[in-house]
Amino acid sequence: MPTDRELALKSLHYRRSVLRWIKHAGAGHTGGSLSCVDILNVLYNRILRVSPATFTDPKRDRYIQSKGHSVEALFVVLADRGFFPESDLETLCGYQSDYVGHPTRHVAGVEQNTGALGHGLPIAVGTALASKLDDAGFRAFTLLGDGELAEGSNWEGALAGAHYKLDNLTAIIDCNTLQITGRTKDVMNHEPLAEKWSAFGWAVRTVDGHDLAALTAALEKPLEPGKPSCVIARTIKGKGISFMEDVGKWHHGVPNDDEFARANAELDAAIVQLSGGAA
Amino acid sequence: MSAPAPSMYSPAAKAVAEKLGLTMGRANLEEFADTLLALAKADRNILAVTSDSRGSGKLGPFGQALPKQIVEVGIAEQNLVGIAAGLGSCGKNVFAVSPACFLTARSLEQVKNDICYSDHPVTIVGISSGVSYGALGTTHHSLHDFAVMRAINNLTIVVPADNFETREAVKAAAASLTPVYLRFGKAPLYNLPSADSRPFAMGQARVLREGSDVAFLATGETVIHAQLAAAQLESTSGLQCRVVSLPTLKPLDSAAVLAAARECRAVITAEEHMVNGGLGEAVAGVIAQAGIGTRFKIVGIPDEYTVTGSQADIFRHYGLTMEGLAATALELLGRP
Repeated sequence: MPTDRELALKSLHYRRSVLRWIKHAGAGHTGGSLSCVDILNVLYNRILRVSPATFTDPKRDRYIQSKGHSVEALFVVLADRGFFPESDLETLCGYQSDYVGHPTRHVAGVEQNTGALGHGLPIAVGTALASKLDDAGFRAFTLLGDGELAEGSNWEGALAGAHYKLDNLTAIIDCNTLQITGRTKDVMNHEPLAEKWSAFGWAVRTVDGHDLAALTAALEKPLEPGKPSCVIARTIKGKGISFMEDVGKWHHGVPNDDEFARANAELDAAIVQLSGGAA
Repeated sequence: MSAPAPSMYSPAAKAVAEKLGLTMGRANLEEFADTLLALAKADRNILAVTSDSRGSGKLGPFGQALPKQIVEVGIAEQNLVGIAAGLGSCGKNVFAVSPACFLTARSLEQVKNDICYSDHPVTIVGISSGVSYGALGTTHHSLHDFAVMRAINNLTIVVPADNFETREAVKAAAASLTPVYLRFGKAPLYNLPSADSRPFAMGQARVLREGSDVAFLATGETVIHAQLAAAQLESTSGLQCRVVSLPTLKPLDSAAVLAAARECRAVITAEEHMVNGGLGEAVAGVIAQAGIGTRFKIVGIPDEYTVTGSQADIFRHYGLTMEGLAATALELLGRP
């Protein structure tokens, strides 16, 4: 189990890679990938019982990324976990590449093709239900965006998750408060979020979505027996790059050369600081 | 209770059926439910997933016999298909059952992405399809489903014409490693004897009657009407008409279509679907791209506000019964 410090370093390196591949591809969802990197870091390095060697094991834990547009974060973490060489991402969004701009099962480690919003939770409900039906013991996790919650199918899934008492199911909301048009609360307000999920019969915990220890504590086991878990991760879109943080245009903004250099300089400095001097 | 629905078969059509020695079967819906129950009893991986559709899907006995193999999601078709995908992704052999009108519209994006694009071997079962719920209005009709489902990659579309085709289609879907859309109605149907001795296979047409004057290419529950029309045309006009059942709409049996177009003087397609994007246009595409010119007519529901009435009324109104199809054949051949 990596230490908090090791994990924090990984997050910085993941952010570097996310920017690198988005810059290389000339396309990508920068802000949302940076807001969910820490969540994916904790999931894949501490929580999920899955690895390249066990990916075909029927009893592996499942992760379904409902906010499929943040695929760059997922690809970078999967590469780091050894599912494929990171150099594969040189083809990201390219002609005949498997590395499409949203997750597909053509990529090792991806469980489900997503990208249209409001799909991940019902699929995760079915996945968690399969585990229960077979008494297989695996858990299902899905990552939702907060803007995505306007899709009604999420609430169909929320009903079913509670109805079937799926305590092996965890929905994580990457609550970065921004969507393509602007503030989520202005586009379609979904607050009070914790109260909504609680009223639907879920066990709810709100955490700082960049606090690796808090995320770990919220995800390491179901929050409450007999109820599905909802972890509301309060995050910052564009997290980790000062001029991208909480700025709407970075939803799918691609950094120019100058911005790319400045972003890397910030990350390098943070890496040096965290490593105690060695980048 | 309302008055009993009018019969799909006129007295004349019943007389032709009797002359042909056809026996009345039951609704494809009932054949489906019993076949699925038998398969599921032998394989605990088979699940039925329903959206408050256990009654309309005749799955009450299934639920009683195998309570751990039926999953209820409530009136939530998007959730139905999403959950089916999740179950299918974990090795379950899932039959997601809901009225075709909702399943292929409300949850179309889940069918496209969660099942077909993600490639989970789920069978999507559209019950009470076409105008089975005729009098309930357009909300309850599925006259668009062939068109939209044909436009989705990695989906086999099976539309059985009688109890035999239904039974075999359910078995084939259960054995399929790729997604299947199975679509049928709820009215009792005649059993169709086949001139084709080959066993049922997805992707393969079944020639029910040989002939070279007019070829009727039909799918689903219009096939019986084509069969009766062919028999009537023989006795009244001396025409030898071919009847081909196309239980698999996609992939279409192009060889059977081309043989009919080459060997017969005219081709008529029949389907319980809008004329846009269904069997007729699929057949036309095959024939035209082979460079064959032939007299050709698509019989289906036209692109208009669908007439009110029972399934039988609607079939009669749009010429999908024996009388209507026989008249179309004579017209196409230029005969009075």
